Amino acid sequence: MSSAEWALALTVFVAAIVELVEALTIVLAIGMTRGWRATLAGTGSALVALAVFTAVAGYSLTGWLPEAGLQLLVGSLMLVFGLQWLRKAILRSSGLKALHDEDEEFRATTAAAREAGTDTRLGLDWFAFVVSFKGVFLEGVEIVFIVITFGLSADNVPVAVASAVVATLVVLAAGAAIHRPLTKVPENTLKYVVGLLLATFGTYWSVEGLGIVRDGQEPLEWPGEDLAILVLLATWWLLSRVLVQRFRRFSTEPAPAAAAATGTTEV
Amino acid sequence: MVLRFLRGFGRFWYDFVIGDDPKIAVAVATVLALGAVLVAAGVTGSGVVLLVAALLLAGFTTAMVVDVTRSHR
Repeated sequence: MSSAEWALALTVFVAAIVELVEALTIVLAIGMTRGWRATLAGTGSALVALAVFTAVAGYSLTGWLPEAGLQLLVGSLMLVFGLQWLRKAILRSSGLKALHDEDEEFRATTAAAREAGTDTRLGLDWFAFVVSFKGVFLEGVEIVFIVITFGLSADNVPVAVASAVVATLVVLAAGAAIHRPLTKVPENTLKYVVGLLLATFGTYWSVEGLGIVRDGQEPLEWPGEDLAILVLLATWWLLSRVLVQRFRRFSTEPAPAAAAATGTTEV
Repeated sequence: MVLRFLRGFGRFWYDFVIGDDPKIAVAVATVLALGAVLVAAGVTGSGVVLLVAALLLAGFTTAMVVDVTRSHR
């Protein structure tokens, strides 16, 4: 595989791990308190809905748009989406937003599942079905979005899909083995990394895609071509660290020691 | 019923893509629109690529600084 394909595979893998850990927490919390039948039915239905959504969105995008138009559309979406992740990561790293805590998420979902009433529809515990469906579908849409945008922009959907599948198998195996939320996964740090990668590739592809409005509709060219991706990544990272340092003075929380030292703290 | 579904569907995609701070999406859209105007006018060299990238970084920085300083004033 080329370096671009490795970058694609790694980004999708890390993003998928983050989202799958969150989905697993919901499924475990509901399954362990409400029973597995309706929970797994909800999870399976969400996976089918995601497959249909992926096929329709992927086909529509590849069928209707020229290369530069596709890069502009998916690059812009990826950029806006990635900057939201980066924004949260910067706020978390500077102490202005609480860190995502999978244990707390598990406790809250378990408590809500215990308190919810019983409503049986189609022979299923409806609360368990709906909560597991929504949890898996909403987290899954983020993975599908990243798979489609990265896969199409890099012109290698198979690598993007394979990375997401491997991530799914890893998280499922880990979840089945320990029957607890995967709290050891450095989820906040991974989200920061994914935010940086989405912002980097989103910038690269959306600017290339501006070529759609010139004669011939050819993508624009970055100076240094693919090397520009590394420069963009370094620039977004540097900017994020400067903003974290600047915003830390607004926080009442003590500065995370690891952040000050390495810039790789939980965010 | 259909209207409620459409409203929910639109809300979902708004939250999904735009998120908590619409200023970021507005900044990205504005900068890319400006870049498109320049490219359509025939400015297609490395300069416009670097200018648009720099403006995207500046737009994100501005949106974040405005957001944080406003909420902690």
